[in-house]
Order: sequence, then C-alpha cells, then structure tokens
Amino acid sequence: MPRITYVHPNGAREALDVPVGTSVMRAAILNGVDGIVAECGGEMMCATCHVYVEEDQLGQTPTQSDDEKAMLEFTASERRPNSRLSCQLVVTPELEGLVVYLPETQV
Amino acid sequence: MPAPVVAIVGAGQAGFQAAASLRQDGFAGRIVLIGEEPVSPYQRPPLSKSYLAGESSLDELWLRPETFYTQHQIDVLAGETVTAIDRTERRLRMAPGGELSWDHLVLATGARYRPLAVPGAELDGVLPLRTLAEANVLRERLDETREVVVVGAGFIGLEFASVAIVRGAAVHIIEVTQHPMGRVVSSTTSRFFTDAHRRWGARISLGTGVARITGAGGRATGVETTEGQHLPADLVLICIGVIPNAELAREAGLAVDNGIVVDEYLATGDPRIFAIGDCANFPTPFAVGRVRLESVQNAVDQGRCVAAHIAGKPAPYDKVPWFWSDQGDLKLQIAGITAGHDKAILRGDPDGGRFSVFCFRAGRLIGVESVNQTADHVVARRLLAGDPRLTPEQAADEGYDLRAHARSLSVR
Repeated sequence: MPRITYVHPNGAREALDVPVGTSVMRAAILNGVDGIVAECGGEMMCATCHVYVEEDQLGQTPTQSDDEKAMLEFTASERRPNSRLSCQLVVTPELEGLVVYLPETQV
Repeated sequence: MPAPVVAIVGAGQAGFQAAASLRQDGFAGRIVLIGEEPVSPYQRPPLSKSYLAGESSLDELWLRPETFYTQHQIDVLAGETVTAIDRTERRLRMAPGGELSWDHLVLATGARYRPLAVPGAELDGVLPLRTLAEANVLRERLDETREVVVVGAGFIGLEFASVAIVRGAAVHIIEVTQHPMGRVVSSTTSRFFTDAHRRWGARISLGTGVARITGAGGRATGVETTEGQHLPADLVLICIGVIPNAELAREAGLAVDNGIVVDEYLATGDPRIFAIGDCANFPTPFAVGRVRLESVQNAVDQGRCVAAHIAGKPAPYDKVPWFWSDQGDLKLQIAGITAGHDKAILRGDPDGGRFSVFCFRAGRLIGVESVNQTADHVVARRLLAGDPRLTPEQAADEGYDLRAHARSLSVR
C-alpha cells in the first residue's frame, strides 16, 4: 500500500499506508488525522479537505478537474499553486511517498 | 462546581458537528451525544446515491472512526431514545432507562419519513429511504427487483430512481404536483430533470397520486393511481417528504411550527435549549420569514453556530444555504433559496447539459441552480454571502464575467 504522509501546520508528521483506490481525504478521516474536515463527504461541495501537495510531487498527482479548480476558490486558508482537494487525490501506486501539508484552517 | 454538561439529542450530521465543534472551540465540560440508531454517526447523502448504487462501502459512511469520540471525550449513546425533557430540573429521561442532567441542551432530532396513508401501505415491499438500515434493505432488494414505483419526485425519489434504472429495474415515478422537485427548484430546472429521467428510461406520471397499493400474499404487487391506472411493482419507494421530529420539544412546552421554533441564535424560548438541523425552524435573511432546511450544509453550519454559542462566542446564524443532488450524470447544485422567485434567468445551454438558472425576487438575486456548472455555483455562493448587486441583464449576458463581478464586490 502506498505510504502517504500528512504534515500538520506545526510540523508534526503522520504517515499512513493507504489502500489503492482510497482518497487521501478518506484515509485521513478513517485514521483520525486532524486537520481534514470533509464536511460534504467527498462530493466536491465544501473545500474543507484542502491540502498543499509537496511541490516536486505535483506531477504525480491526478489532473485537476474544472470542478475542483472552481471549488478551490472556497478554501479557508490561502489557495496556492499546489492546493488540492484531498477527496480528489485517489491513491494509486504512483502516489507512493506522497507528502501533503495541512493548512492552518479548513473553515 | 462540577463541569457543565451539554446533552445533544440526535447523532446525525448536526448533532455530530455540534459535539465536534464544541471540543474544537475549547469547551471543557462533558459532551453526551445521544442517537436512536444503534450505530456510530454517519453521513446520509450517499444513502440515496453512491452507497445505494454499491459504489461506496459502509466504511466510507462513518463521519469519524470510533477512536475519534474517545480521543475527544465525546460520550456517544447509540441506540438510546430520549423520552422526555424536564426543563425545571434540567434532566433528560431515556429509554430503555436512565436519566441525564444537562446545563445546555441541543435538539438535533432530525426528521422522519412521511408515511403514505393509503390502503396497502403496510405491505412488504413498500419502503422508505431515510436511515442506513433502510438503505441496506433497498440496496439488497434492488438485486432482485424488476419493477419499481417511486412515489414522490423530490431529491430522494429522483436519486433513487436514477440508481434503480442503472441497476436494471424498470422505474415509474409518480408525482402529485406537475413539477418534480418543485418545492426547491425553478420550473426550468424541474423540466430539465423530468426530461433527463425520461431519457434514461423512467416513466413519469405528473399530477398523479396513489389510491392504494395492491398486494398478494402480503407482498406489494403494484400501485393503483388516483387516475385509475394500475402500475405493477415489486418495490414501492415512498418519498413524499418528511416530518420534523419536534414532539419532545412540544411536550416540553417549547414552540413548534413546522419544526422547533428558534431565534436567530438557534435558541428556543428556553435560552439553554437550542435546535439545529432538519428539526429547526429558524429565521433567515435568505428567505421571506422562516425556513426549515434539510441539508448537510444547514446541519453542519448550525452545529458550529450552536457550539460557538455554548463555548462563549455567540453570533447569529447567517450562512448561505447550499444543496446538491446527484442524478445520473447530472450534478445539481443550488446556492441560496430559490423558492419565491419572480424572475428566472437561464445562463448556459440545457441542451448541452450545462447551465444555471439565476433566480431573482424584486430585482435581487436570491438563489442560483446549477447543473454540471460548478463555476457558477461557486460564484453564486460568494455573491449571496453579501449584497449580490447582480442584475438580471448581467446574469443573462454570457459575456459578462461573473467571477470578476464577485471579486469586485469582495474588495469593496
């Protein structure tokens, strides 16, 4: 299972082995990683599962849909070029070693 | 002085959010979350969408893992029913037994499905869709169901219909009004979805009610309509709306009128008792008068509002309502409340399957319905959070840059 690392704003790191097909959001919720709210449950309605992807890994992540780009306007923390909705980061073998940074706040 | 206790009655999305937000807001007392269903708090929207379709699993429904509640010291009493509120002694009575003293009480009791009062409604195969247990029954029955009659063309009925068709059933939808989803969407959007369901293979009878449900050997065999037609069915889904669970509040002497009546702080007439989510009837700037809304957004934002209040930072509830529905390959997103509009402006191309309807009342934008058009939905939520200052002419002009319009307002 690919290993995904979540980095909290204070620098603390949590690593999870995530089954292929599970989203980075769902894995965080199921494993009690604080800092991902996901109030709509992965329906791309809320932008409360915002993460910053490690910049040199951006190329490995799935392409952003127009809907995701639109919803990223709602992030509570600053939107940056490496902003993603983690519900859209469905884990594949290519994402092994992915590092995502959690924003200061989701709401 | 002992630590204060917040009792939350109802462990759905609203109750869960109130509990979680109380901890996040630094509330240090005891939090007790009481739910009738014998399971951990879960999300309801997928029950008529991906979960019903078999595309998502039970694991994906839980709002949080069990460990979350222990970590955050939230006592979850699952499978317990609150039978009475004693306001003088500030106690709850519960079944099967027990009492709980509280300092603040949050009623997040939700709503229950409205039964259809016709002969035959008790037959096997006549089913509602509201809870996880009910969704499990339907998910399994759809394996062998050949003919479905859906009674009521609201969100749930139409979502169910689109899943049932894909799972191989013949679907007939009957709706007593002329407008599917007519309580919440404009006639343009209603017609668009009616056409879409017909295209997907469903039959739809509008202006048609149920006279009785026919059966044989205790099992439903079909629906006899008020038009005298017999529609064969081995499964009849009843989805004609809900009844807010307000009895506890009424028996405790609190005001009830289409839900538990609360003020702009979501407080009842008793300042220590709040009501949130599907059961709460509240004043809102987004409609004329009061509303009761059934949505994730409403549950979550009201849960947060009440938690902040109890934690010592009261503020009136003022969040923009939003809703969504997934039907087939169509995603309907609504910002604001469009009911009561006097002008509906179409933007985009319904034939191409992407458009929005901008709804105005007395010249002011009150809500936007978007189909496969998230960019418009995003703009609409931004605009409605303040004074939208959008004219019907601007909405109708496809060349007019809505994002730039929204940005110009936020820097003002």
